[in-house]
Amino acid sequence: MITKSLKQLGQALAAKEISSVELTTLFLDRIERLNPEINAFITVDRDQSLAEARAADARLAAGTAGPLTGIPIAQKDIFCAEGWTTTCGSKMLANFVSPYDATVIARLHGEAGMVSLGKTNMDEFAMGSSNETSYFGPVKNPWDRTRVPGGSSGGSAAAVAARLAPAATGTDTGGSIRQPAALCNLTGLKPTYGVVSRYGMIAFASSLDQGGPMAASAEDCALLLNAMSGFDERDSTSLDRPAEDYARDLEQPLAGLRIGLPREFFGDGCDPAVMAAVQAALDEYRKLGATTVEVSLPNSHLSVPAYYVIAPAEASSNLSRFDGVRYGYRAPDYDSLDDMYMKTRAQGFGAEVKRRILIGAYVLSHGYYDAYYLQAQRIRRLIAEDFVTAFKSCDIIMGPTSPSPAFKLGERAADPVQMYLSDIYTIAVNLAGLPGMSIPCGFAAGLPVGLQLIGDYFAEARLLNAAHRFQQATDWHQQTPIPI
Amino acid sequence: MSLTLEQVQRIALLARIEISEAEAASTQGHLNGIFALIERMQAVDTRGVEPMAHAQDLGQRLRADAVSETDRRAAFQAVAPETEAGLYLVPKVIE
Repeated sequence: MITKSLKQLGQALAAKEISSVELTTLFLDRIERLNPEINAFITVDRDQSLAEARAADARLAAGTAGPLTGIPIAQKDIFCAEGWTTTCGSKMLANFVSPYDATVIARLHGEAGMVSLGKTNMDEFAMGSSNETSYFGPVKNPWDRTRVPGGSSGGSAAAVAARLAPAATGTDTGGSIRQPAALCNLTGLKPTYGVVSRYGMIAFASSLDQGGPMAASAEDCALLLNAMSGFDERDSTSLDRPAEDYARDLEQPLAGLRIGLPREFFGDGCDPAVMAAVQAALDEYRKLGATTVEVSLPNSHLSVPAYYVIAPAEASSNLSRFDGVRYGYRAPDYDSLDDMYMKTRAQGFGAEVKRRILIGAYVLSHGYYDAYYLQAQRIRRLIAEDFVTAFKSCDIIMGPTSPSPAFKLGERAADPVQMYLSDIYTIAVNLAGLPGMSIPCGFAAGLPVGLQLIGDYFAEARLLNAAHRFQQATDWHQQTPIPI
Repeated sequence: MSLTLEQVQRIALLARIEISEAEAASTQGHLNGIFALIERMQAVDTRGVEPMAHAQDLGQRLRADAVSETDRRAAFQAVAPETEAGLYLVPKVIE
């Protein structure tokens, strides 16, 4: 039961082979047994989960269930969920019990009837690529427990990889769904900016943040995106578009698909074993009828520098709300209002979050705004225009998701710049606002390798189609760490 | 460019984050490493390029001027560090 797809789990529930309470208990028991070692979850609440499961069973019995009703899912702890502690991986929110639901939570649980298994570990305020900046300790990669699961959605990735949950949510500001999916052998999708509501998703960099699914297959991701996405008047950047069935094109043949290979993603700087797995995957796509064409993203080398101006600038503004007044941590001792702010923020935020707030405060400050912030925004446009040009000669862009497989815990923690370069292939996609996926495509010295698929705006169904057909022809995505 | 210790302390003050001498020194090293990465942007001639703030060219939506939310003051104040009589308590600002 623990390796079944969401579709199979839905069928098993509909056929009364298992109840949602039984299924939820199965996963809760696995969490209880394995999570102390992996640390994928920050909060587990058996009573709340089972109450949701009983409600799902009632819907199943009443005939009002949807395709996902009763299936358990793990929620990244960045999504506010009413009655659940919602920490965002920070001491600042360690005791924050959310008084309201994020739209993603309301849709997946209230409307679709899924059951929450708990809140997953993450880099503090989603700032990190290894899950090591979490106040709640690092997550271990189920494939090799001396290595990182990637980040920032590292807990979600580890939870699904170890089958502590059949699926999870993630968020992706610079690669935080795709990179951990790659490092843990999962399928992860970052939708086009504006497709999934950001309401109740704790903000890091508002013009880049986007929620999405992390699961074992493209088909599972399509079902989850159907339930998560859609216009939300509570998010001012939510796109008002007709509802889509993201699973509609899964079975389409790939004959004639034009795959663009950016020469900048196939040069130096990528682990040769990662590149070999990516090349083998491209051969598989050619066998499936696709053609490949070289394209260029000439400004992609500027994506990391531009990102580390734009994302911290937005973060410094967003995180100014954590002042010890309305919610979250407040320092115990202070002698004035300003002193309370200064001590609350010094004690409540971790080192990486502070660094990014300081970068943001600096690049937005008088005298530096033009040289840094405006220059980064101009480069952002150049990067977005590179993609527009590339998509004139191809349908989907492919390449590695991450330049290396999972690295050792602690290996890059002391050097922020080394850590930032983990996201060298993923960041440009966020700057442009495009949809991107990572799918399992092989192994490098026993560690999973991800293939990145980048689509034009609103091409999620096409990406999922390309991913699904690849997964029908290969079994990389079915490989699980032993013992799981 | 590189940030001086005084600049690090100045931006920490702007960001309202208390920082010790020792922290300022190690933060200075990290920030200068990050700014060395960021400086790569400066080699690019971007004259005439319109800054891009957002992935989608959207205007702000308008909505009817009507009540759409219920009063949840008690629930929202329940998560505050200190409240009294429906107000958020902070240290005295005006003597």
